Amino acid sequence: MGALEPILLTIITASTPLLLAAMGELITERSGVLNLGVEGMMIVGAVMGFSITAMTGNPYMGVIASMFAGMMMALLFGFLTLNLMTNQVATGLALTILGLGLSGMLGEGFIGQPGIKLPVLHIPGLSEIPFLGTVLLSQDILVYISLALVAAVYYFLFKTRAGLVVRAVGDNHSSAHALGYSVLKVRYLAVLFGGACSGLAGGYLSLVYTPQWVEGMTAGRGWIALALVVFASWRPLRLLVGAYLFGAVSVLQFHAQAAGIGLPSQFMSALPYLATIVVLVIISRNLVVTRANTPACLGRPFSPDR
Amino acid sequence: MRKLLSVAASATVALGLTAGIASAEDPLKVGFIYVGPISDHGWSYQHDQGRLAIEEHFGDKVETTYIESVSEGPDAERAIERLARSGHDLIFTTSFGYMNPTIKVAKRYPDVKFEHATGYKQADNVSTYGARFYEGRYIIGQIAAQVSETGTAGYIGSFPIPEVVRGINSFMLGAQSVDPDFKVKVVWVNSWYDPGREADAAKALIDQGVDIMVQHTDSPAPLQVAEERGVKGFGQASDMIKFAPNAQMTAIVDDWSAYYINRVQAVMDDTWEAGDTWGGLDKDMVVMAPYTNLPEDVAAKAAETTEAIRSGKLVPFTGPIKKQDGSVFLEEGDQATDEALLGMNFYIEGVDDQLPK
Repeated sequence: MGALEPILLTIITASTPLLLAAMGELITERSGVLNLGVEGMMIVGAVMGFSITAMTGNPYMGVIASMFAGMMMALLFGFLTLNLMTNQVATGLALTILGLGLSGMLGEGFIGQPGIKLPVLHIPGLSEIPFLGTVLLSQDILVYISLALVAAVYYFLFKTRAGLVVRAVGDNHSSAHALGYSVLKVRYLAVLFGGACSGLAGGYLSLVYTPQWVEGMTAGRGWIALALVVFASWRPLRLLVGAYLFGAVSVLQFHAQAAGIGLPSQFMSALPYLATIVVLVIISRNLVVTRANTPACLGRPFSPDR
Repeated sequence: MRKLLSVAASATVALGLTAGIASAEDPLKVGFIYVGPISDHGWSYQHDQGRLAIEEHFGDKVETTYIESVSEGPDAERAIERLARSGHDLIFTTSFGYMNPTIKVAKRYPDVKFEHATGYKQADNVSTYGARFYEGRYIIGQIAAQVSETGTAGYIGSFPIPEVVRGINSFMLGAQSVDPDFKVKVVWVNSWYDPGREADAAKALIDQGVDIMVQHTDSPAPLQVAEERGVKGFGQASDMIKFAPNAQMTAIVDDWSAYYINRVQAVMDDTWEAGDTWGGLDKDMVVMAPYTNLPEDVAAKAAETTEAIRSGKLVPFTGPIKKQDGSVFLEEGDQATDEALLGMNFYIEGVDDQLPK
């Protein structure tokens, strides 16, 4: 038990930012909008979370700021793609580039400063339970949020009327419009939710994972989150599996290296990607179900006047 | 891109201004090309500290320009050419991958002087320079072997290239000079710079029982993890004591200031000549951050070793040294040639890891 707990804690830390960002993108894509700007929203979330924490001394303010920053970026994306109907792919890529540059500028004054770590939230009575309590219930608030999100998103999408509307808008925006639902409003909310989650994921990086600000610290995690959504075939529970699998393999390969397993390190570094793709492809191999889950209007602009 | 543009804009503005007020008192124009953002707090940051040192030292007599985040390849050639064309007298290209672009541009601008970091191709107007960081790694190896209770250090490597392998070997030579049985666990993250992965690697190593953290990657994340988990470690490229006030024992700091000031002075005096400089502690290109969080005798010994290497009394790669497979690398008393060091692609005896091919 003694050796396993720290490994599990590390895996949770490595998986949480992916899970947060991917869960936001899942809702966005379910509503029919493809936002490739996850990396950009994440990094702006990271820098805002760090800087507000540094200024106020309160990491919870940083968490709120990172969420807000992600939403601001998403709002810009929403305005461009939903109102002005620009190409979603190009706009998303631009959002990433914008985010990386903007964060560098905003964070210039915070380079080389140690950050304040988001505290662990002890749950009296529960956090002391051996193993379950010490691993799963001695975490910071963002880990709890990420896990609660899985349940909430699952319940929302498949058990509530509002979730049905989101899926309807993503599958056939014309019909949803004809039925009297406001496609733009639903998509705006979904895009903003995605931004908030990506921002939180960024905040997790600069407040928990490595409490510091350095340029480009997301290091491609936004892209991994995007890929996870597709490989999980837009299903929240599979996404949970995918994110934790990716986190677990990327942590375990370091353990394998340190233990002196004689495999090339280049192969070990690629292992998380390989393992995650293989497993998610296997669990999503039923093509009919996968096709049914793919939002049919993904990436297609909608104009009520047409 | 944003910074690139703004720097380009300011460079054009500066050009316009100097053209207008051209006189005998024209400042010497010195340009820099960086591979990363200057805010990486590592490699490019330290080069920029060198640029700032030039400005401080020479005041009005120099004018410096830099372009950051220039990727290695065709972009580099354009960026270097832009500096050359806009009247820079001396241009520092500070990454290995700028080697061929630098040589190409240098041919077209024979009157401009170029300085390329860590490369090996020279020309009449191209010098190369690098630093013997491995000298610092010998010192931290000695410290690690004295301080460690488990007798095992964790080593986070970026890529298995000679520069990094040389560092691991030098670290082990230092450690073995104290404890011949000292062990090192090596983990490769295949990135120079990914704080998250570096932190994961550090945690994995600590979970496997190492109590000394050594890194050859650029972010302070591993040291931060060491601080959190209560083990000791060493900073890389710059003094990272702020990130690990209780964990950092020293840091191997890249210090280009002395060399840069020297070279600028040479251009001003018209004594600049192309050559190759591979300096270490002796030329102050490698500087050890203050020895802290250490028992007094260990700190004293570290200072002693530093002085011995600086004065040339101690040369880290001195035989007898065997390779990992048991074959002889250096006979008793022999010293490794620079060529052997620059191409080092094997571990010495005592390293448990297998070198990825």
